[in-house]
Amino acid sequence: MTEIRFAGFGGQGIIRSGIIIGKAVSIFDEKFATMNQSFGPEARGGACSAQIVLSDEQVLYPYVTVPDILVAMSQEAYTTYESELGEGGILIIDADLVRPRSTGAKIRLYTVPATRFAEELGNRIIANVAMLGFFTAVTGVVSLEAMKKTIPSLVPPGFLEMNLKAFDRGYAYGQDVLAGEKAEKTKSPLKRRNYHVR
Amino acid sequence: MKADPKGVLTGSHYLDGDHACAEGALAAGCRFFGGYPITPSTEVAERFAQRCPLVGAIFIQMEDELASLASVIGASWSGLKSMTVTSGPGFSLMMEHVGLAVMTETPLVLADVQRGGPSTGLPTTTGQADMMQARWGSHGDYEIIALSPNSPQETFDFTIKAFNLSEKYRVPVLLMMDECVGHMTEKVIIPAAEEIEIEPRRFYKGPQGKYLPFKPDKDMVPPMVKVGDGYRFHITGLTHDERGYPDMTVDCQEKLVRRLVDKIRKNADDIIEFEEDGVEGADVVVVAYGITSRVTLRAIKLARKEGIKVGILRLIVVWPFPEKRIRELARQVKALVMPEINYGQVVLELDRCACGQAEVVLVPHGGGWVHDPDDILYAIRQAARGKRVGEGIVEYHRKKRG
Amino acid sequence: MCAQKIAEKPRPEVAEEPHPMESILRMERIPHIWCPGCGIGTTVTAFAAALEKLEWDLDNVCIVSGIGCTGRVAGYMRLDSFHTTHGRAIPYATGIKLGNPKLKVIVFSGDGDLIAIGGNHFIHAARRNIDLTVICVNNFIYAMTGGQMAPTTPPKGYATTSPYGSFEMPFNIPHLAESCGAVYVARWTALHIRRLTEAIMEALQKPGFSLVEVITPCANYWGRINKLGVGLDLMKFYHQNSVIKHGEDTRNLGIEFQKPIVVGKFVDRERPTYLEAYNKRLAERLGDKFKPYGGEA
Ligand SMILES: Cc1ncc(C[n+]2csc(CCOP(=O)(O)OP(=O)(O)O)c2C)c(N)n1
Ligand code: SF4
Ligand SMILES: [Mg+2]
Repeated sequence: MTEIRFAGFGGQGIIRSGIIIGKAVSIFDEKFATMNQSFGPEARGGACSAQIVLSDEQVLYPYVTVPDILVAMSQEAYTTYESELGEGGILIIDADLVRPRSTGAKIRLYTVPATRFAEELGNRIIANVAMLGFFTAVTGVVSLEAMKKTIPSLVPPGFLEMNLKAFDRGYAYGQDVLAGEKAEKTKSPLKRRNYHVR
Repeated sequence: MKADPKGVLTGSHYLDGDHACAEGALAAGCRFFGGYPITPSTEVAERFAQRCPLVGAIFIQMEDELASLASVIGASWSGLKSMTVTSGPGFSLMMEHVGLAVMTETPLVLADVQRGGPSTGLPTTTGQADMMQARWGSHGDYEIIALSPNSPQETFDFTIKAFNLSEKYRVPVLLMMDECVGHMTEKVIIPAAEEIEIEPRRFYKGPQGKYLPFKPDKDMVPPMVKVGDGYRFHITGLTHDERGYPDMTVDCQEKLVRRLVDKIRKNADDIIEFEEDGVEGADVVVVAYGITSRVTLRAIKLARKEGIKVGILRLIVVWPFPEKRIRELARQVKALVMPEINYGQVVLELDRCACGQAEVVLVPHGGGWVHDPDDILYAIRQAARGKRVGEGIVEYHRKKRG
Repeated sequence: MCAQKIAEKPRPEVAEEPHPMESILRMERIPHIWCPGCGIGTTVTAFAAALEKLEWDLDNVCIVSGIGCTGRVAGYMRLDSFHTTHGRAIPYATGIKLGNPKLKVIVFSGDGDLIAIGGNHFIHAARRNIDLTVICVNNFIYAMTGGQMAPTTPPKGYATTSPYGSFEMPFNIPHLAESCGAVYVARWTALHIRRLTEAIMEALQKPGFSLVEVITPCANYWGRINKLGVGLDLMKFYHQNSVIKHGEDTRNLGIEFQKPIVVGKFVDRERPTYLEAYNKRLAERLGDKFKPYGGEA
């Protein structure tokens, strides 16, 4: 079972990202995926978060308890949810939107300039899709094929190409990071700028 | 009868419970929706608004919940399968018309996406505290059918079931959802239309002069006609005879209300539906419904790991309640445990049917969230000792850390 | 006093000559419950006459009432007929109409039913221009329950819940209807049988939300509580004090206690009905994906 929280602020496509992951896993990877979004005052305007629970069997408890993966696309999301992460958990942050403080917990931190990628491709609004590409590459909880099949059904047709480009950009970056990680493990204990073990 | 393909969105979808409810209804042949927005049921209305024009159905946003259910009853008499949806405060406003639909034997489906109450309560979070209102909320005496799904897929399936039961028994059927299920997004498989079994409306086909709108068939359910078919029938919420004319006598009341009650009670075996797992040889059986039945499974898994012999009886149809089965189980087990998101509603029925033969344990929750499976687990552990038989409904409270 | 009981007792005093409108009335349910001298009966007569003159296929006509003395009308009409709950006849009828747009749907109910508890439905149905004909029997009082104040009770009018005389401003029903979008608005008294019949005919033929207000004597409560004499006296009063002013600005149609009452036809205008607007908009937005609703007839 994998518990994921995707968090940021309204308008960043946070919920949509949760739906894309959930749909890819449940429809195309044929596993179970339950997605919940935060409702209520906290869901209006400001903070916004999606919870996705992935499993090989039916998800019984539909909410995230101790997330295995936290994606933070705003400083507020980071501050609110960072402490929830379990040991060995993965934290993915947007390089330009989140400034991590150092904590003692053993987590794996990845930094990706998703918003910058999106801007370079022409629209900030697709930052979440670049993030999804990176997420797919580094977490391995959803297959690339499933994500590629899902995205067309959940983005406006006119923007499909741009979205796929953003996804690929994020995915490629993620692969690079992983490759670097591997190389580092075998070569030197030096940490890359975008990968910390704390 | 098979479903009309026009309303069936065959395929695998990733939907929340609210959207699945609307799709279930359209698949079941629902062609009229009248409703009034209220969290957390609004998405059902929104889905209908978007889909109705595409499938030859009609959506109207009414001015309030009284109007909503009234319009649904009207549309049902025009021959359309019809539904509305609401939550807490709106459910209260609809109660008068639940009674009208019961009294006039109007098939329809009313979904209540339960949230925290009383009053405005917790509009955006979950609850299961309308269960007794579902059972007894309208004035007067009646029996009703209520189902409770625990996933978007079940919401789709049970909405169809709800329509089928409402047509079969000419009774409003309540779909008791909750916010968690309504807002939870999961895979929903919508089968091909020819795989969906639909209960057609039971139309009277006899000559016009002879039609008696409330003369029942053998199963106590009268066949129906619709407005415009030339039968010139009369429908009233007053106590009425077989012609549908007011007859406010003790005799007529006895005959009519007796039948309204009996058509559900005497057909209960056909209506009642539940699932069981690991009940044979169990010391403890957890009885649960809706989202809680799902969270319970996690607790049961953990309890079984500890070696506790625990089973689950999961209610699909909550009303009418499976009295017979509960009586049997009460004789076999040490304890019956019911977690529900309220301070004890359906557990009252459980206790009644247990007849003092097994310990009856309530795991309450005030609403706003689902149970912590550990709380249910704790109650199962305590219940497995079965020490408090005959003490009425008991509770065990786990000491929380921090 | 339990008026519900009183009103629901059969009233043997009612005339029992063979009725000329047997095909439209449920004769087997006569005698009806209304008091002698009550204006509801004559309003029903006008309504039945209108239906007869229109020579419509009555299988396609249906009637919906709420609760009240007037609410009992549906039960006496040999039509598909619905006696619903208090105040909700309009939304109920809305469901029937949208369920089958070919039907002609009439709402026949009292002032309290339509304008107090059902007021919200009234204004919204008018706003939406749902194709319904509403016949509102205004007797200035809640009669069925024994004479309580209604939102139509004129100031100084007595009722059991306005024991010192009402001081609230009553609704001017034609003005309310016009303001909310009704396409046809007329007011007559129950004594203007011929004109009332014509108005009902016009209203029935008018697509959209049409309203006919019928000022009706309730001798049993309104008359008695206000010491206005027996049924006949009330009838005479309304007859002698109604002033016909077609086309009068509806703002001038407020009714004062025992003062002259302006009657006539006030509004007759065109506006797309709910379903016309619905079909137009959805066809614009959805093109070929949309088939006009109710158009297959
Ligand atoms: C919800 C509800 N509240 C109150 C009543 C009681 N009630 C029955 S008829 C009526 C008033 C009827 O007045 P009106 O509509 O003017 O009809 P009339 O009897 O004057 O023709 C009331 C308050 C009811 N039946 N239902
Ligand atoms: S006279 Fe008044 S009380 Fe009698 S039936 Fe008519 S409205 Fe009702
Ligand atoms: Mg009145």
